[in-house]
Amino acid sequence: MAKHSRFTPGILKKAQWHMQDNRVTPEAVFRSRRQIVKAMGLGAIGASVPGYVQAGLFDLFGDQPKSSFITTPLTFQTNKQYGDADVLTPLDKVTQHNNFYEFGTDKQDPFNNAQGFKVDPWQLRIEGEVERPMTLDFNDLTKMFPLEERNYRLRCVEAWSMVIPWVGFPLAALLKKVGVTSKGKYVAFETAFDPEQMPGQKSRLMGGGIRYPYVEGLTIAEAMNDLTLMSVGLYGKTLPPQNGAPIRLVVPWKYGFKSIKSIVRIRVMDKQPPTSWNQLAPHEYGFYANVNPAVDHPRWSQASERRIGEGGLFSATRIDTQPFNGYGEFVASLYDGMDLRKNY
Amino acid sequence: MLRLTAKHLFWLKALFHLLGLVPIVYLVLTVVLGRAGGDPVQHIIHYTGIGALNALAATLLISPIAKLTKQGQLMQTRRLVGLYVFAYATLHILAFFSLDLLFAWELLFSEVVKRPYILVGAVAYLIVTALAITSFKAVMRKMGRRWQTLHNGVYLVAILAPIHFYWSVKSEIIEPSLYIVGFSVLLLWRTPWLKRILSRKGMSKTVKKTTSGQEKASIKSA
Repeated sequence: MAKHSRFTPGILKKAQWHMQDNRVTPEAVFRSRRQIVKAMGLGAIGASVPGYVQAGLFDLFGDQPKSSFITTPLTFQTNKQYGDADVLTPLDKVTQHNNFYEFGTDKQDPFNNAQGFKVDPWQLRIEGEVERPMTLDFNDLTKMFPLEERNYRLRCVEAWSMVIPWVGFPLAALLKKVGVTSKGKYVAFETAFDPEQMPGQKSRLMGGGIRYPYVEGLTIAEAMNDLTLMSVGLYGKTLPPQNGAPIRLVVPWKYGFKSIKSIVRIRVMDKQPPTSWNQLAPHEYGFYANVNPAVDHPRWSQASERRIGEGGLFSATRIDTQPFNGYGEFVASLYDGMDLRKNY
Repeated sequence: MLRLTAKHLFWLKALFHLLGLVPIVYLVLTVVLGRAGGDPVQHIIHYTGIGALNALAATLLISPIAKLTKQGQLMQTRRLVGLYVFAYATLHILAFFSLDLLFAWELLFSEVVKRPYILVGAVAYLIVTALAITSFKAVMRKMGRRWQTLHNGVYLVAILAPIHFYWSVKSEIIEPSLYIVGFSVLLLWRTPWLKRILSRKGMSKTVKKTTSGQEKASIKSA
């Protein structure tokens, strides 16, 4: 991974308001897209039709998509140790293109259905093979550990990808605080179960046939790796519900479905815990689910991915998928001697 | 009894064109206005695919409806509806190739081979294309009896297309399952076994007077 060698390891202190240039660009592109729409004459068409027709069009499409969930700015340091070269995916795409079946299986469903999701009060329980089991309240999530921002690539098992500036703390910091016992070999995670708030858990048609609550797991070595992040925010603010508010896992070298959202329980265990997609289709989704271009999904290739672009639909690019999503230098050693074809 | 006149057919065809075109206009507007999600590629591919399936179902409904209502002229609208299957399927494939694969020809080949459900869809599309090309009256006359043989291929498409859909999804199997059931009904409807039941029903006077909806219900319960 020569790509990463030019970054200086270590945490760089940076003021919170200091925005990177590439972060500003997407917004500009986003705005220019609106300009293009105007330039295409749609505005002119709009102005030339009678008022009641315009009103009708508004009814047809609803109001401009808007997030009514309130996110708040976070205080953090910027950690560029894990890369800074990729262009960030604009915020509106990160928050309006989500797989979170608890809120529906279409990509825009979580944005449309999750805005009323209540995250405060919240309780995150850490238990199992730990010396000091504990429960984190809503305020603890952002206050108990120093937060840092990291730009991670997110590779979905469906072969599309994004680059997201997460804010959070290493899972290792939390596990050290509770103290893993000598019997602790795996870590199990569980998403909130609340069918009243999560329509996908209520209706099989909306929830895509997954058994809820959604569960995920890591080996203790994976969980203790510094790359493994408990994220509480993105783009400098707390997480919107569709991205897994108030706290989620981010494991950037694994397919996105491993990065479980809206976590209420973390359980350290002595054996491998069940994981949702593996339960649903064990021959398609393994426990490890490391990004691997050499091992295809039984129904599609994983050799390349569609990197969602910063502008219109054609700003996307087809790029080669990297082993461990390009994080091999940090995590490949975790799997020394393991047959990655068998342990997909 | 009301017979469909040329004028009726004209308006019926106009209505079918409208039903075929409005969803496309709607799709373009939602995408351009940013109402189809942050990255509507999958949405566009899925939407046009569903459009092709719906048009195919409509095509296969025309002859049963024409028979049940004894309005043979309805058959004149079938080519139009069938061509919308071709149009939507073409948009579906164009969207996949341009928006998902981003015009990578080498990927088009390797992906078709690696994704069996794409292979199934590709075969269905080749058949639909053959049907579209041979849908002109002149070609039909020239082909004679072979034309009907070729166009029976639509039944194969009715089997392959919903399988392609079912096979492509990650876990949301309810919707594709409904399409498989729906197309199975449309195909079974045409088997000699059901035709016999149908014609027996058609002969009895009581059923003849009921509306087609009730008639359907009575056939299902039979």
